[in-house]
Amino acid sequence: MTELPPSDAVPHLDEVRDRGDRGARGRDGDRLRRTTAYLGKRLLGAAVSLVAVIFTSFFLFRIIPGDPVRVMTHGRPVTIEQKEALAREFGLDRPLLEQFVSYLLGVLRFDFGESFQYNRPVLSMVGERLGPTMLLVGASLAISIALGLWLGVQGAWKHGGTADRVNTGVALTLWSVPSFWLGLILIVVFASGLGWFPTSGMKTPGVTGFDAVLDVAHHMVLPLVTLVAVVYAQYLLVMRSSLLDEMGSDYLTTARAKGLRDTEVKRRHAVPNALLPATTLVFINVGFVLFGAVLVETVFSWPGLGKLFYEGLSVPDLPLVQGLFVIFSAAVILMNLVSDLIYPLIDPRVRP
Amino acid sequence: MKTATATRRQLTWARRRRAVAKFWGDYRQNRAGLFGLAVLAVFVLSALLVPWIVGEDALSVTRPAGEPLQPPSGEFWLGTDRSGRSVLDLILWGSRVSLTVGFAATLISIAVGSLIGILAGHFHGWLSGLLLRVTDWFLVMPTLVLAVALAAVLGRSLSTIVIAIGVTSWPTTARLVRAQTLAVEARPYIERARALGGGHWHVMTRHVLPNVMPIVLAQTTLMVAGAILTESTVAFLGLGDPTVPSWGSTIQAARDTGAVSSGLWWYILPPGIAIALVALAFTLCGRAIEGVLNPRLRNR
Repeated sequence: MTELPPSDAVPHLDEVRDRGDRGARGRDGDRLRRTTAYLGKRLLGAAVSLVAVIFTSFFLFRIIPGDPVRVMTHGRPVTIEQKEALAREFGLDRPLLEQFVSYLLGVLRFDFGESFQYNRPVLSMVGERLGPTMLLVGASLAISIALGLWLGVQGAWKHGGTADRVNTGVALTLWSVPSFWLGLILIVVFASGLGWFPTSGMKTPGVTGFDAVLDVAHHMVLPLVTLVAVVYAQYLLVMRSSLLDEMGSDYLTTARAKGLRDTEVKRRHAVPNALLPATTLVFINVGFVLFGAVLVETVFSWPGLGKLFYEGLSVPDLPLVQGLFVIFSAAVILMNLVSDLIYPLIDPRVRP
Repeated sequence: MKTATATRRQLTWARRRRAVAKFWGDYRQNRAGLFGLAVLAVFVLSALLVPWIVGEDALSVTRPAGEPLQPPSGEFWLGTDRSGRSVLDLILWGSRVSLTVGFAATLISIAVGSLIGILAGHFHGWLSGLLLRVTDWFLVMPTLVLAVALAAVLGRSLSTIVIAIGVTSWPTTARLVRAQTLAVEARPYIERARALGGGHWHVMTRHVLPNVMPIVLAQTTLMVAGAILTESTVAFLGLGDPTVPSWGSTIQAARDTGAVSSGLWWYILPPGIAIALVALAFTLCGRAIEGVLNPRLRNR
């Protein structure tokens, strides 16, 4: 992501420690052992979390509702025979433990059962909808990170200035705005009002070739703006406060004393160190961004996982919502794991 | 003996008054914090007084005050909704719902979070380990997805939303409180209290709790903002109580009516602005309090 600061800027604490209480011999073997232990601990932690999520999802969607069939058919005219048939179909007539074991085995094979409203396997529906969500979430993350970190650096470096105050104020305000409402307002103004962008969907039927790419991009502008607007503030605030923390550090005075220009001090010394907390946030924030995608996709009828989640919620289609819940949680756990594994690479101080 | 206790109480109160005065003096330096406080005062006041200003019959769908979907006029400053009710009245009543949900959910979350945080920080060994595991378990879950799923499963009512938000948002508080508890318990006066025979209960309630409260206060204000946003989101997703006019359900009703395609701006704009204003006000207050407690953060 970025070059590490010169080694004189950040003392390698572990090296200092190593030199202190261990001879040079056996250090490599020791480090390998510690790295393996660190890796193992993190992987195990992620696996435990994943199991916890699977347990929670069973509890949440099978046990809390009491009678899932009654919940799912709520407000619809169904006969008792239909209800019994449904209960058999979802295996609800079997003992709870047996249901749990078959659910667990299913999840391990990525089999989340069949959707109640579409009568199709949840997994194949997820497969169809994965692409659009990845596109939207990926693009908005990339823009939010770039924008938030850049504005955060500018703000902290000239903190208290007009630009800083305006940027922080705008970011806090946009963070407070409900994303779905912002999306609706953007549609009112730019889509149905000015007619610059389409109001919903992802593609215009019948457009092919390179035009199709432009068409998708055209459809994506408003959803992207909405998602970026509510997400970038956190990156800005974290980058800003973490750079402010670094600003008083002695090594920056040293760097200035060496005769480096201000931009050099900022780019090569201060920013790389301040980036560390922001990097973790990028990964930890994925849950928040995913939920933002649920709302934005719902508002703009973007054919992704978020809209699918909304479709499932409104029935409620328990197998579908359950499957998506597990998938969203797994994504968050995976991102946390990645953050744990990357952090020692970029910050020598926490190296195992 | 009697005079001695009276003086002690007087001393305590004098100390507390001084602390509050100092806190207010520091807080006043933060202009954004004062703005947030003023906005909150307006909203809380209107939420409290709305039954006397507007009256409950303003919410009646069967006997509405005006024609449906009228643009703003002298009689209806913000126009009317799909059944002819004044949008301004809906917003005023909505402030009651949103603030109640925000405070109630935060209360649950803060109470659970503080309890678990203090216990996990005070005790060592298996209890602390278990509590930490449970906290981490909840921390990795996508909170909002969990809250929405819970609301979908539990059925539609305001208390469902309160529980869903409260149950899913306590782990951050627990983490924060535990860290503060560990820091407080490392101080020598805790050792003194123990040496003088203070038990677990005494140490936790008399020494740790008062020192944890300020951080909890800052966390509370920040959390109310999040809870109000979550409430509006859940209502917008159609999982709220349809009979209660919260800001989120007003936005959802506006969307269902076709406010987006036919440009009924007076229907859809006010509830969103209200949510954003209140959430922003709470956030600004929370940041101001954090600044008072931790001067290092003050130039954020």
